[in-house]
Amino acid sequence: MDPAFYIAAAIAILSTLMVITRYNIMHALLYLVVSLLAVAVVLYMYGAPFMAALEVIVYAGAIMVLLIFFVMMLNLGKESAERERGWLKPRIWIFPSLLCIILLGELVFLVLQNRQPVSDVIIVNPKDVGMALFGPYIIAVELTGILLMAGIVGAYHLGRQKQKTLHRFLENTEV
Amino acid sequence: MTNFWWIIGGVLFALLNTAAGLIWVERRMLALWQDRYGPNRAGPFGVLVVLADTIKLFFKEDWIPPFADKVVFVFAPGVVVFSVLMSFVVMPFAPGIVVADLNIGLLFFLAMSSLGVYSVVLGGWASNNKYALLGAMRGASQMISYEVFMGLALMGVVVLSGSFNLQEIVEAQKKVWFIIPQFIGFLIFLVAGVAETHRLPFDIPEAESELVAGFHSEYSGMKFGMFFIGEYLGITLISGMLVTLYFGGWLGPAFLPPVIWFIIKTFAFIMLFILFRASMPRPRYDQLMEYGWKVLFPLSLLNLMITAAIKLWLNT
Repeated sequence: MDPAFYIAAAIAILSTLMVITRYNIMHALLYLVVSLLAVAVVLYMYGAPFMAALEVIVYAGAIMVLLIFFVMMLNLGKESAERERGWLKPRIWIFPSLLCIILLGELVFLVLQNRQPVSDVIIVNPKDVGMALFGPYIIAVELTGILLMAGIVGAYHLGRQKQKTLHRFLENTEV
Repeated sequence: MTNFWWIIGGVLFALLNTAAGLIWVERRMLALWQDRYGPNRAGPFGVLVVLADTIKLFFKEDWIPPFADKVVFVFAPGVVVFSVLMSFVVMPFAPGIVVADLNIGLLFFLAMSSLGVYSVVLGGWASNNKYALLGAMRGASQMISYEVFMGLALMGVVVLSGSFNLQEIVEAQKKVWFIIPQFIGFLIFLVAGVAETHRLPFDIPEAESELVAGFHSEYSGMKFGMFFIGEYLGITLISGMLVTLYFGGWLGPAFLPPVIWFIIKTFAFIMLFILFRASMPRPRYDQLMEYGWKVLFPLSLLNLMITAAIKLWLNT
């Protein structure tokens, strides 16, 4: 299991780095898809096949397609790539990445201190996920449902259009 | 272990030959339904037209437009073939003849079909062409919306059989095929399946009378061939899934072996797909989306709720 895990993890890290450093936003999004797929492989190997499938269906298959869809409509060409290049100067990224490296160091230190032998992988079936979601975590599911409902109502309100009247004689008549 | 490689090889061989053979089958059947002959010169019944077509595709100039995004342009046609072939990994052709008997088989199929959208979207975007872009945008919204009803329609089958494993789903149909208790689910899955493969009447991403050739306007040679083969593989996949989920998979009277039953049923559905193409007009883009979200979406939710309620009522 280990070599497969290290390969998937390395792909995830590499592709995430590529997401940050690409000038062309479409290429960055494609690397993000690769990164999500690699994370799905890791999830699958550590006993969460259901989560892995959902990661691919929801994140890689739906949300990323929507993002790409919007980028496609914006038609960002060479100009935006040039602008990105201007923004990615060392003067801008050195300080944040220094802070990140300090955080990473602390994280590695903590992980190494609390090192425990890897116990056997427990496989979580779809049924277990459902029992957990609709048992102890029911409040979270319901709150998410309410949030999504608010989103749908808001989208409907924004998307609704008044019927346009094209002729002055028809302006005062109800359609 | 050798058995495993034989299955992979056999499945790949059968699928690729089916996809190529379907070029001829479709043209002959369309001709039959339109009262003409179709290709009938090369070889017996014109079968060799497949060979001619393939040779033509291989030797055509493989041209990448200078204004295209080269890497993505080359990468896009591969995605469709890859995603469809990966979906076949979980399909049980007969007891024991399955490449990977995954516990989450049905979800794996949904995941792979949702990755298939990328070929249309990326192909259209990388071409850097107005018509291709319009086709890609239509394709993205059509396939994302119809995926939702597809998943919801399938959940009815999951509720009845209590498993995501496709072999167990087939085994659960020993008494009665799921077409009877899940008739509405079957209809929704059929419509969504046609939309997922963007076949006629839902071939709006490539509508040749409005958009030249839609998302693959700029493609030629074998890259176009990949989209072409991907479409036929997609038809075979959706037909196979319909058989597995609603028509008892390999189950049938014992005088024929299970694999033969599976193949007969799948071919019946492939014929249905071709008949759709021969007989139905293309809907307008907004009609398609309205039909999906206002009719199929509530219907599939209702179907799922009623199925679950009946199942719960019978169990208590």
